[in-house]
Amino acid sequence: MTKIKTHIPEGPLADKWTKHKADLKVVSPANKRKLDIIVVGTGLAGASAASSFAEMGYNVLNFCYQDSPRRAHSIAAQGGINAAKNYQNDNDSVYRLFYDTIKGGDYRSREANVFRLAEVSGSIIDQSVAQGVPFAREYGGLLANRSFGGVLVSRTFYARGQTGQQLLLGAYGSLNRQVASGQVKMYYRHEMLDLVMIDGKARGIIVRDLATGEIKRFGAHAVVLATGGYGNVFFLSTNAMGSNGSAVWQAYKKGAYMSNPAFVQIHPTCIPVHGDQQSKLTLMSESLRNDGRVWVPKDKDTVEKLRKGTVKASQVPEEDRDYYLERRYPSYGNLVPRDVASRAAKERCDAGFGVNETGKAVFLDFKDAINRLGRHVVEARYGNLFQMYEKITDVNPYEEPMMIYPAIHYTMGGLWVDYNMMTNIPGLYAIGEANFSDHGANRLGASALMQGLADGYFVIPYTIGDYLADEIQVPRIDTNHKAFEETESAIKAKLEKLKNTKGKTPVDYFHKELGRIMWDKVGMSRNEKELKEAVEEIKKLEKEFWADVRIPGDLNELNQEIEKALRLADFFEMGELMALDALERNESCGGHFREESKTEEGEALRDDKNGAYVSAWEYKGEDADPEMNVEKLEFEFVTPTQRSYK
Amino acid sequence: MADKILKQIKVKVWRQKGPKTKGKFETYIVNDISTGTSFLEMMDILNDNLIREGKEPIAFDHDCREGICGVCSLYVNGRPHGPDDDVTTCQLHMRKFKDGETITIEPYRSKAFPIIKDLIVERNAFDRILQAGGYISINTGGVPDGNAIPVSYDDAEAAMDAASCIGCGACVAACKNASAMLFVSAKVSHLARLPQGKVEAARRAKSMVAKMDELGFGNCTNTGACEAECPKGISISNIAKLNREYLCAKIKD
Repeated sequence: MTKIKTHIPEGPLADKWTKHKADLKVVSPANKRKLDIIVVGTGLAGASAASSFAEMGYNVLNFCYQDSPRRAHSIAAQGGINAAKNYQNDNDSVYRLFYDTIKGGDYRSREANVFRLAEVSGSIIDQSVAQGVPFAREYGGLLANRSFGGVLVSRTFYARGQTGQQLLLGAYGSLNRQVASGQVKMYYRHEMLDLVMIDGKARGIIVRDLATGEIKRFGAHAVVLATGGYGNVFFLSTNAMGSNGSAVWQAYKKGAYMSNPAFVQIHPTCIPVHGDQQSKLTLMSESLRNDGRVWVPKDKDTVEKLRKGTVKASQVPEEDRDYYLERRYPSYGNLVPRDVASRAAKERCDAGFGVNETGKAVFLDFKDAINRLGRHVVEARYGNLFQMYEKITDVNPYEEPMMIYPAIHYTMGGLWVDYNMMTNIPGLYAIGEANFSDHGANRLGASALMQGLADGYFVIPYTIGDYLADEIQVPRIDTNHKAFEETESAIKAKLEKLKNTKGKTPVDYFHKELGRIMWDKVGMSRNEKELKEAVEEIKKLEKEFWADVRIPGDLNELNQEIEKALRLADFFEMGELMALDALERNESCGGHFREESKTEEGEALRDDKNGAYVSAWEYKGEDADPEMNVEKLEFEFVTPTQRSYK
Repeated sequence: MADKILKQIKVKVWRQKGPKTKGKFETYIVNDISTGTSFLEMMDILNDNLIREGKEPIAFDHDCREGICGVCSLYVNGRPHGPDDDVTTCQLHMRKFKDGETITIEPYRSKAFPIIKDLIVERNAFDRILQAGGYISINTGGVPDGNAIPVSYDDAEAAMDAASCIGCGACVAACKNASAMLFVSAKVSHLARLPQGKVEAARRAKSMVAKMDELGFGNCTNTGACEAECPKGISISNIAKLNREYLCAKIKD
């Protein structure tokens, strides 16, 4: 416990960040020119941090595995970004956004971090508007807002159903400006394979040029990981196919703590799985729950008819419909937080009321919204989502309700960071989804974009100076140092080992199997027996993988199979740690539901006496069990209550 | 919604080992594909078969698989993003194909987009055009309140229409001149329609057009193929807007 130093400043909640900023050391412009920073990732967090660092005068090396920074998976975020602007005069405030976020996260995040997030949220909107992000507007020319799950005010800013895309293109524009000026060196199709440490500090990375297979070394005074989440452990998720946890995992294996890996967000409104040929799941934005109503039939007779196709959903009369979210949670209704909505859908489907052939789907119906507002209004709000739905399913959602089911979407867990966003490895930072810090056990909708940009534009540009101020005497990092030599050799040996396995089975087979274990036993509902089984099954599968995987082609060329194999090798280990973390946490909280811990009504039951902590897992070597350190969560300013959306 | 099974399809694919090697078509057979399967999932299945047979899988770019990242780029049966309107290749589904059909898959072919391997091309030229000026020159911090810059509803909508471009390059692939005018015009008109972007509109138009020419893209001859194939429905009227911005800038010089 003594190992954990959060560096959260003393004092009243609202003054902490201001006081902390005043105490942070600052690097002079002349010295910034001598300092190099590596940023891995070009999503909202990575692009905003890289461009901000460069504007300040640091030399930035920025990496992305994609062919362009613009393709980072932040691009796919749909619904919006929260900010405590109170433009709607509905009594929103920094405090209310803070409180909603802490409560929405089921009291498993740090008060100080969440308050800071709410505090800088307004500046993100200002920054994005100035960059030319075309947010939705009212006729008077001012910014429009909408509501999202888990809150009672309208504070979500949006650009149709493409908010992530527009915010990322804004940050990408700023990044491009710095690339043009030479202040950022951009490395496209370059994937980080390991972290290089010298004398206990993060000093560089080893990367693979994905277009040529060449292994390269890069040194810097600090390394910032903005590499996103690890949802693809589950194989099927709303993440991009290439999204991976490998950078985070290599940092963990070099000694960085991994926090709350069991906290995974399962999004309630995704297009259901259609069959075993499926590669990826598509999200339907949470904003749809503003106007869509979720239901299943009241009786199993109707369920059968729907599954056989003898009756259409639109033909089911009102009195035969069970709007179960409105029934169970009258005050929040269809806008309960994601974890609550997902579990409620699972409960209905497990009880036999699922509505498609697989029995794993519920309806999201716009009939009432279309009657109330007119089709043109619904089309203006959600047109691109409706179009996407129709292209995938061949069903017109203006006429028949959408079918949806929960899917893996986001990971709240990530690298442990202190108040400065630094991991326990000096000089190694983690921002955006890659860290654990702000969302507790459940993230509220439209808060991922907020956090990524808060970290990149308004937090790390200040906090990194505090570390770098003591590094100004350190000359440019020499990549001929033996630490680079050793790390590179280890990577090359791992690549050779995979290549020379010469088994029979493609990487994807193992990934799908891992996903099946994770979804069945470390998914929406967890218990001790199955979690223990999952650990054993993952170990067994991992062994099979290393004995029987087949990697065609050469290492020194573009080779998508070796890329996938490297990522999957890490996913096995991450999956195991997720199960261990879930086993340790005997309570239910947020997205983590332990069947052993629930109320009589079947709602999640938190245990604040034993559960108010952040796990900080420490790697102990290949053959040893990891050790769980604990950061106690102290609630000075809010009193944790059992979360209720009834 | 009821999915059918396509018993057999033939896939004729461009195979090219590296940027400098000569490529050629190979034909493969794929059996038992559900019409609810996406086109790229069909490619996954084909690759799975190839690996199990000891052959090299087909390299193709893909990532988000929900039509927004813009990385998927195939030329399917003679059309960028294949035989469906307003979708990217990753959103294309097998219900658009018939049992027994031969599907021809090629990479985008344009001087500015060199082939790296099989169906993967390098579209870095797009990044370089945007680096030439596709942004508003402001730093982080020190900006006015979001509501201090009113934007009319219509301007915001028009800017958003143009800003929907995903940078996939279908416009270049569809154009007989391999022109990047639709791509460039989308960014120029997105920013020029907003008060924040007007300040340096002239400079932006000139430098982006100059960079486009330098990188080997062809000229626009108004055939409209780009608009027809754009998966995001970016309008050709943006090109008129670009021409206007460009001319105004040049006249002032």
